[in-house]
Amino acid sequence: MSSDTSSAQAIGSVEGVSLYDADNPAPYIEAPRKRTGKTPRSTRGNFEMAAWLFMRLSGIVLVVLVIGHLLIQLVLDGGVSKVGFAFVAGRWASPFWQVWDLLMLWLAMLHGANGLRTVINDYAERANTRLWLKGLLYTATVFTILLGTLVIFTFDPNIR
Amino acid sequence: MPAGTLYRGREGMWSWVAHRVTGVLIFFFLFVHVLDTALVRVSPEAYDDVVATYKTPIVALLEYGLVAAILFHALNGLRVIAVDFWSKGPRYQKQMLWSVVGIWIVLMAGAVYPVLGHAYRVLFGE
Ligand code: HEM
Repeated sequence: MSSDTSSAQAIGSVEGVSLYDADNPAPYIEAPRKRTGKTPRSTRGNFEMAAWLFMRLSGIVLVVLVIGHLLIQLVLDGGVSKVGFAFVAGRWASPFWQVWDLLMLWLAMLHGANGLRTVINDYAERANTRLWLKGLLYTATVFTILLGTLVIFTFDPNIR
Repeated sequence: MPAGTLYRGREGMWSWVAHRVTGVLIFFFLFVHVLDTALVRVSPEAYDDVVATYKTPIVALLEYGLVAAILFHALNGLRVIAVDFWSKGPRYQKQMLWSVVGIWIVLMAGAVYPVLGHAYRVLFGE
């Protein structure tokens, strides 16, 4: 630091001489995080925004699908005690319930997997740990969605 | 840990914790649930054998816990959506949380008989 104290005038009393005036305005300071021409393209993608919106839209649809599913399987007609192969065959005889279950499977798996992705990003601090956990998550998710879809489409009531 | 730096939120933080825990639990359940349902492609007996274990009192209790997790996550999820999209949502988040808890208690009371009734009859007779 220089021992020269003349610059201290600039931070003098409120009435002191201002460094700037109408003819010599203070330099323009850009708003923080403003999108400019220099912002890299990659940060403009909106995957996270789409994921955020998907969580909310799928959540609304899932309320209907999941609560309906719980009512049918656990509450009406004697609860779980009625569930068995014959009961499944009766329900999947109708395309309506096939579509219901298919939609519920896909939405719940994608909603849950995206939620777990967030949880992994929050708690796994090492890049390698995140990579492996997400690899495991995506593998399990794809496997479960494909298996469930296959079962719904290839169900055979006369398997025996 | 330096004193006084641990964030301890109020209702908002605890509802977030509960939403996260229930969400993860439901996901793991769903994975197992798709696997057990896939047994209908193996044979009617394989499927019925597994479902028979679901009709035992212990699993009935687990089912009741699952219903509790799903109902909380669903109701609180609707609250989160209201906070995000309804202009007055943030202002009423606390009232909405207590509504969620209230509706949840009513629904859980209503689920006692349908979900646990069978287990009760198994344990204590008709
Ligand atoms: C029943 C209707 C459901 C509704 C209304 C709902 C709603 C939501 C919402 C709005 C979020 C986002 C929370 C946030 O961004 O802070 C969320 C997160 C989550 N949901 Fe759901 N959900 C439902 C069902 C499910 C199901 C079936 C699963 C599991 C397969 C699930 C697992 C998760 C997970 C793991 C998260 C992430 C939690 C976090 O980041 O803290 N949800 N849910």
